[in-house]
Amino acid sequence: MSELVNVSNLTMVYDKRKTALNELSLTIPRGKIVGLLGPNGSGKTTLIKILNGLLCPTSGTALINGSKPGPETKARVSYLPERTYLQTGMKVKELIAYFTDFYADFKPERAKEMLTSLGIDENDRIKTLSKGTREKVQLILVMSRDADLFILDEPIAGVDPAARDYIIKTIITNYNENATVLLSTHLISDIENILDEVIFIKNGNLVLQATVEDIREQKGKSVDAYFREVFAC
Amino acid sequence: MAWNLDSDRPIYTQILERMEMQIVSGIYKPGSKVPSVRELAAEAGVNPNTMQRALAELERKGLVTTQRTSGRVVTEDMEMIRETRNTLAKEQIQDFIQRMKELGFEKEEILALIKSEAGGELV
Repeated sequence: MSELVNVSNLTMVYDKRKTALNELSLTIPRGKIVGLLGPNGSGKTTLIKILNGLLCPTSGTALINGSKPGPETKARVSYLPERTYLQTGMKVKELIAYFTDFYADFKPERAKEMLTSLGIDENDRIKTLSKGTREKVQLILVMSRDADLFILDEPIAGVDPAARDYIIKTIITNYNENATVLLSTHLISDIENILDEVIFIKNGNLVLQATVEDIREQKGKSVDAYFREVFAC
Repeated sequence: MAWNLDSDRPIYTQILERMEMQIVSGIYKPGSKVPSVRELAAEAGVNPNTMQRALAELERKGLVTTQRTSGRVVTEDMEMIRETRNTLAKEQIQDFIQRMKELGFEKEEILALIKSEAGGELV
């Protein structure tokens, strides 16, 4: 068994003139919570979209479990996009049934338990829910799978601090020991205590990949403070 | 919910200190069961691998032991708990003395200050 994610020389050029990823190479191990961090426009979402097969790279490869993104990898990757894609006319419980049909590894009991903890009524229609609550529903659906890799694009940006704590707890308790969570965020201080590793990218290049404990030990500062130093404008 | 951890020191060290403190002060009683790595990590709001490492270190020090059937339990070796308690106390005192020296106090002054400040409490 090699690394879970293997990215090599990945380049993505939009419109033949805008380079989003520039010969990016990195690996992501199994069983870790990894933060994908970088300023706006650094290529985080582009990388995430390539891993999910939503974009085709200009050159280079991205492999998950040794396979290129496709039906095989999608069955093992649970993805939370930047924006929710839920059908607003559907009820929460209809979405649970939909996800149960769609993903073999979806656990409806787990989703229902989390909905109850957050006080979300499964008979509510998505369109009647606030933006933050929709995001919570989306995240619950994503975290209720037994996937190998969870890719969360800005999972906590739109929710209140109390729900953030719950979501962080959910991430800790719900992924199994062999699964990896890759999450991108700007809210580093809220999340750095749960990360094993961080990946800093800037202008489509890898700036640093290190464990959180190494950064704290060697730099004597939090990842948040270190990020501000590295990416100072 | 989450434990109050400093943002600029390694999380592992802080978890270790806190768990030692809880064992020494009897919050985790001798012989009692230590919650699972997952539960503790969720409670503390930290990475499970980091929590695992801290528990392994506590085990290495002998403050917790692993039992095949019931998971990790706090040691019942009272001597060891006392020793740890003394070590922690010494560390606190060293830190205190260091800070007092930074404030410009001499040894005798520090002792006199402790006596006058804590006199009532210590009797």
